Amino acid sequence: MLVFFVVAAVAVGAALVVVIHRNPVIQALSLVVFLLAVAGVFVLLNAQFLAALQVIIYAGAIVVLITFVIMLLNLGPEARGGPGIPTLLIAFLLGALLIGVLGRAGLTFEPLAANTPVSPDGVLPHAPGYGSVGAFGRALFSTYFYPFEAVSLAIVAALTGAVLLAKRKLED
Amino acid sequence: MENPFTLFLLLSAVLFAIGTLGVVARRGAITMLMSVELMLNAANVALVAVGRFLPGEGAPGIVEGQVVALFVLAIAAAEAAVGLALVIALYRLKGSTDTDLARLLRW
Repeated sequence: MLVFFVVAAVAVGAALVVVIHRNPVIQALSLVVFLLAVAGVFVLLNAQFLAALQVIIYAGAIVVLITFVIMLLNLGPEARGGPGIPTLLIAFLLGALLIGVLGRAGLTFEPLAANTPVSPDGVLPHAPGYGSVGAFGRALFSTYFYPFEAVSLAIVAALTGAVLLAKRKLED
Repeated sequence: MENPFTLFLLLSAVLFAIGTLGVVARRGAITMLMSVELMLNAANVALVAVGRFLPGEGAPGIVEGQVVALFVLAIAAAEAAVGLALVIALYRLKGSTDTDLARLLRW
């Protein structure tokens, strides 16, 4: 439980740095910290394979892509002068409302039956192999085979679109 | 705390709100993209937590939460590629990634 609070605090702090800081390189690096903290949350939820994928795909590939674009465009700190006070006030109220609604959903949603056995040390039991590569792959390539193929199709389409968009002249 | 599930959903809600703030309040296109990644990760935390705490066969935990989270991960990668290509196109057009300058379709 202590581990959860440490990881959650790191995630929230790094997320705040991403949103607030003005230097894009520092933002990208704290995005890495945030993604590693989320991978830690996944490990706490017995999703070890997903945590590994998170580190490889997100922290490995996506952040490298973002940093690459930051350096390619030679971006400096973002110009000052954000939204005015009234806009910020409205944004704060809407954000509080969002947290309130989502938090209330979390407080009232009871997924487990009241008689679920919990071991004496408070650890929730799980099926053997839960979150392992085996269980994951079996679900992915049997029940969720067609969604899986659809996702690969979507990635091909996205890559084609990205190449087309980033070309120097669309007319050529 | 008697119910750790609530904590995970609260963490997800807070992270999602922070990501929303980044998308709404900031003007840099790259910052907005990174904030979208924050929001996707917050949703992933909620998905995996729900999958972990729903009753499964014999013991709590169904694999569906993690499978959907994997799909979100893959689509997020595609989204980042397209989004960064758009940022490059915007930079070519305007010489800046400030989204306030992207007003070609605004009347």
